[in-house]
Amino acid sequence: METLTLLLELALTFFLIGTFTIGGGYAMLSLIQGEVVLKHAWISAGTFADIVAVSQMTPGPVGINTATYVGYDVLVQATGSPWMGIAGSALSTFALMLPSFLIMLLIVRFYRQFKTSTLYAGTMDFLRPCVVGLIGAAAVVLIVHTTWDGCNPTFSLVRDNFPDRKSWVLLGGGYLLARKGVSPIQLILGAGALGLILY
Amino acid sequence: MAEAVPLWKIFAVFAKIGAFTIGGGYAMIPLIQAELGRRGWIPEEELPDIVAISQSAPGVMAVNISIFAGHRLRGLKGSVAATLGSVLPSFLMILLVAAFFTAFRDNPYVERVFLGIRPVVIALIAVPMVRMARRSCRSWWSWTIAVLSLLLVAFLQVSPVWILLCTLVLGFSLTYARQWKR
Repeated sequence: METLTLLLELALTFFLIGTFTIGGGYAMLSLIQGEVVLKHAWISAGTFADIVAVSQMTPGPVGINTATYVGYDVLVQATGSPWMGIAGSALSTFALMLPSFLIMLLIVRFYRQFKTSTLYAGTMDFLRPCVVGLIGAAAVVLIVHTTWDGCNPTFSLVRDNFPDRKSWVLLGGGYLLARKGVSPIQLILGAGALGLILY
Repeated sequence: MAEAVPLWKIFAVFAKIGAFTIGGGYAMIPLIQAELGRRGWIPEEELPDIVAISQSAPGVMAVNISIFAGHRLRGLKGSVAATLGSVLPSFLMILLVAAFFTAFRDNPYVERVFLGIRPVVIALIAVPMVRMARRSCRSWWSWTIAVLSLLLVAFLQVSPVWILLCTLVLGFSLTYARQWKR
C-alpha cells in the first residue's frame, strides 16, 4: 500500500515537472531538484549530483535520464527491490513525457497560428530569464544549504559535494574547460580520475 | 504523406537517433537532419520550425521533436512509435547504470570518483545557464526576473513551479495589456 502511494506520488510529481519544464533539459533539472530533493526529500543533494553526472554520460536527454534514474533510486530505497525500481523508473519517465504529448498534439494542430502569435512571443520573453534564474538556483542549491530560523538564515556548504578546497578548484577548472567546449563526457571522466587520485 | 511509413520503421529510426544522442537535445539536431532528411520524411525547410516549436513547448526538446515528426508521418500512432524509439535506448542504459551504482555506491573507490565529479557537474549546469542568460537577459527587467527567481528558489526554497506560474501570468497579462493599448 505504501509502495502504491509512493508510485502515485512519483507519477504526479513527474507529470507536474513535465508540464512546467520550459527551456529544455537543464530547466527540467531545476524542477526535478525542487520537487525531489527540496520538497519531498526523496534524494539527497549529493546523490542528485551523482545522478546528473551519470545522466550526462549516457545517451539521451539529460532531463529524461535524470527522471528515469530518480524513479529507480526512490523505489529501490523504499522497497529494496530492483523490480520495483524498474516500475518506478518506467512510471516516472512516462509521467514526465505525458504533458509534452498532450501539448505537442495541440501545437501540431494549430502550429501556424502559434508560430506567428505575438502574445506567445511576448510571454516567452518573460519566461526565458525566469528559466535562467531557475537553472542558476539548481547550481546554487548543490553548493549552499540554507536553513531558516524565523527570519534568520544560516548558510552552510553542502559537504557531500564540497568536502574541501580541492572541490572549488575542480568547479572552476570544470567551468573554464566546459566554456572552451570540452565535452561533458570527457570532463566527467577526467574529474572521476582526479577524484580517485586526490581523495 | 505519400505512402504510410511502417510504425516499426519509425520506431527503429528514432531508436537509432536516441542511442547516439549524448549530451542532450542539441546533439540530436544533426542526427535528425541526417536520418529524417535523407529519408525524405521531413522536408529540410521545415526542420528549423520543428526545432523552434519543440524548444518552446514544455518538456524535453528531443521528445517533442519525436512527437512532432512522428505525427507528421503517421499521426498519433507515429508519435507514440517515435517517442518510444527515441527514449528506449537511454532508458535501458540508465536502468543498467542505476542498478550497478545502487549496488556499488558505498564502495570507497566509487565514492572517491564521485567526489571528483560532483563539483564538475555544477560547472556543467552553470555553463548553459550563462549562455542562456547572455541570450535572453537583455534588459533590466529580464535580469530582475532572473535574479529574483534564483534567490527565491535557492535561498527561500520556493518551488520552481510557483515561480514559473507567476512569471507566466505576469508575462501574459503585461504582453496582452501592451497589445490592447495599441
